[in-house]
Amino acid sequence: MENKKDKIIELIDLTREFEDGLVAVDGINLYVRKGEFVTFLGPSGCGKTTTLRMIAGFDKPTSGKILLNGKDISDLPPNKRPINTVFQRYALFPHLNVYDNIAFGLKLKKVNTPCQDKNGNGFEKKVKLSKSEIAAKVDKALKMVDLEGFEKRSVSTLSGGQQQRVAIARALVNEPEILLLDEPLGALDLKMRKDMQLELKEMHKKLGITFIYVTHDQEEALTMSDTIVVMKDGVIQQIGTPTDIYNEPKNSFVADFIGESNIFSGTYLGNKKVKFIDKTFDCVDDFEPNEKVDVVVRPEDVEIVDADNGTAKGKIINSIFKGIHYEMTMKVGKTEVVIQDTVEKKVGETVGIVVKPDNIHIMKKEFSSNIYDGYITKKNTVCFGDGEFECDITQLYPGSSVDEEGYLITADGEKIDLTDTDVKVEVGLKDIEISDDQDKGGAVGNIVSILYKGDHYQLIVRTDENEEDFVFDTEDTWNVNDRVGVIIPKDKIKLTLAVENEKDERR
Amino acid sequence: MKDVNAVEKKNAASRRRFGFSRQSLCIPYGVFLLFFVLFPLLLVAYYAFTSADGTFTFANFADFFADKTKVSTLLISIIVCILVTALCLVIAYPVAYILAKMKKSVAFIFLMLFITPMWINFVLRAMAMKELLSLIGIPLGNFANIIGLVYDFLPFMVLPLYSTLIKMDKSLAEAAADLGAGKVKVFTSITLPLSMPGVISGAMMVFLPVMSCYVITDTFSGATGFSVVGKLISWCFLGENGTLSNINGGATIALVLLVIMFLTMWLTGGFKDEDGARGTNL
Repeated sequence: MENKKDKIIELIDLTREFEDGLVAVDGINLYVRKGEFVTFLGPSGCGKTTTLRMIAGFDKPTSGKILLNGKDISDLPPNKRPINTVFQRYALFPHLNVYDNIAFGLKLKKVNTPCQDKNGNGFEKKVKLSKSEIAAKVDKALKMVDLEGFEKRSVSTLSGGQQQRVAIARALVNEPEILLLDEPLGALDLKMRKDMQLELKEMHKKLGITFIYVTHDQEEALTMSDTIVVMKDGVIQQIGTPTDIYNEPKNSFVADFIGESNIFSGTYLGNKKVKFIDKTFDCVDDFEPNEKVDVVVRPEDVEIVDADNGTAKGKIINSIFKGIHYEMTMKVGKTEVVIQDTVEKKVGETVGIVVKPDNIHIMKKEFSSNIYDGYITKKNTVCFGDGEFECDITQLYPGSSVDEEGYLITADGEKIDLTDTDVKVEVGLKDIEISDDQDKGGAVGNIVSILYKGDHYQLIVRTDENEEDFVFDTEDTWNVNDRVGVIIPKDKIKLTLAVENEKDERR
Repeated sequence: MKDVNAVEKKNAASRRRFGFSRQSLCIPYGVFLLFFVLFPLLLVAYYAFTSADGTFTFANFADFFADKTKVSTLLISIIVCILVTALCLVIAYPVAYILAKMKKSVAFIFLMLFITPMWINFVLRAMAMKELLSLIGIPLGNFANIIGLVYDFLPFMVLPLYSTLIKMDKSLAEAAADLGAGKVKVFTSITLPLSMPGVISGAMMVFLPVMSCYVITDTFSGATGFSVVGKLISWCFLGENGTLSNINGGATIALVLLVIMFLTMWLTGGFKDEDGARGTNL
């Protein structure tokens, strides 16, 4: 589809596993075209910085390849790569002044220069840049970042914004093929950040160098990039243009991370109709009839109409002035809908809402149940997800019962010891409860994600040992990083005998 | 503003109730410094500039600088100090560099191995080292002296170097590599210059004490080895082979030593407090 020469860098099955077993980057595939401005976007710990460090050469991939112009550079040290980096905290050399910081790379650079030997034959020789050449380039770079006259200043006397500019000049002056930027604006205040965003974008346009940018700020990503790569847990969630990512988020994580959104649980009814918040809306996507889906509606796409003309109606329960618009919360039945509009509706007013079919984004439900590999213990409980739970083992063999000694008696009267039997465990999203009392449940973990879905939250609790996830819905309010015990009622644990050689599957 | 003033007044009032201000906490230290630092220093100066009967004189200095053996001991001391410091630096830098690159838990064990000897009485340590040297056939004398001094002062060099290197921002070396510097260039242009505070601090901790550390040279020099200035001072005060003590002469040498140390400190920029690398956090 794309011309192969176009790809300046390509990541193939790139994986980075740290010594402590943490998989920071989990088999990502990606290519970047020449001259593109690509942003890796994701929450902290999603693997975006690790990916960048592997491209720069500071980290070696555990497996997979990095191709630069079609050649594998995975084993090349950073100094041999035509790639320069702007570091998160600038990493300016404190013992050198501004000029020497910027000239650092140039002084090491050797360029092919045509020469003539004694007999007049021309040949190419690697020659270091002359002092005046270096000075001219540094001058140009300083001019580009608006720091003329700062040559002799010590870097420690510069403000954050100025240090940032020096860091950018230091990287760009080497005319790299790719410029990597690792959250370069993170330490600047809002106003300065906005200015620098525009300046960086301008530089990118002018220089035509490929920029790979890492940030956790979705607004920054949307403003600056040609292409956004949304990452989570070391896996790419979606690649697309800012408009694509914003308008057509692939899953509820992307929708939640990029911009404000209403995320509802719904059912696709078939015939381009979808039901959520208990009402039926027209939509443009096609799914299996009666499939459970996530529905995403941006607050600005919810239109307020008269109470009786809307697809749904409800009472405004909250309204906040946000500068350009009002952000109002409306309650439809039990579900909250966030609306952004320039016209304020008073709290308590009953209004109707409509949503245009192409503003309703439907995506496959990410989790419909939790599936684990587990085994039966001596006590006829089941171990899975780093925990031990009471369960009903008779469901493994229809019509069976348990005798006093704990053996299973099948319908045919056969006596089986189930200890250490491998089983598949399935637990529904609604069947998990959590408790502050960590001893109460069968497993203990931290809440790692909370997604608001209109009338309930979808939580993910992750255990420490094997990082097993428990995904479930709850109406209670919890906080990320709360440490909780996971409780699953005995009758909600569905067990099936594990089929051998079956691959470990979840989701 | 009024509120702030009110709070200030309240604080002042409560301070008055306790009857002392923060400054009064300094008094014990002031007294300590006065009696145990300033007064002894003045005493040394007094003895250096007076004769045995208490009259003011420069004769002590004249005597010292006229005595060829004493001056040559001083010069030898300085040369030995430089040599020992240089040797310690050459041995300690790679050690500290490797330790700083290691996993913290492993580095800690190795660091401990370097430090634990410091917790053993150093006379005992010197004697043990002497036995070891005779075991491997190195005779007492100048060479053994140097080995003894380097052995004894090595940890003082390793510690400040290690603490400087471990605190160094790793992204600086990465940035240098990113800009095209190979491993050697990264070291010479980034790591080494940025570890200079540790080098100076380590050098200071070796150079100055070696000057007066005569116990080591006593142990290792045997009949032929050199001695350090510290030995001269000890002779003056404790008497050499039963001769009478010479407090004034001893004070003079001590004062000369003090000035030399002060000068070294000043020349190496040791008085400037550069990012606190001087102190080690171990």
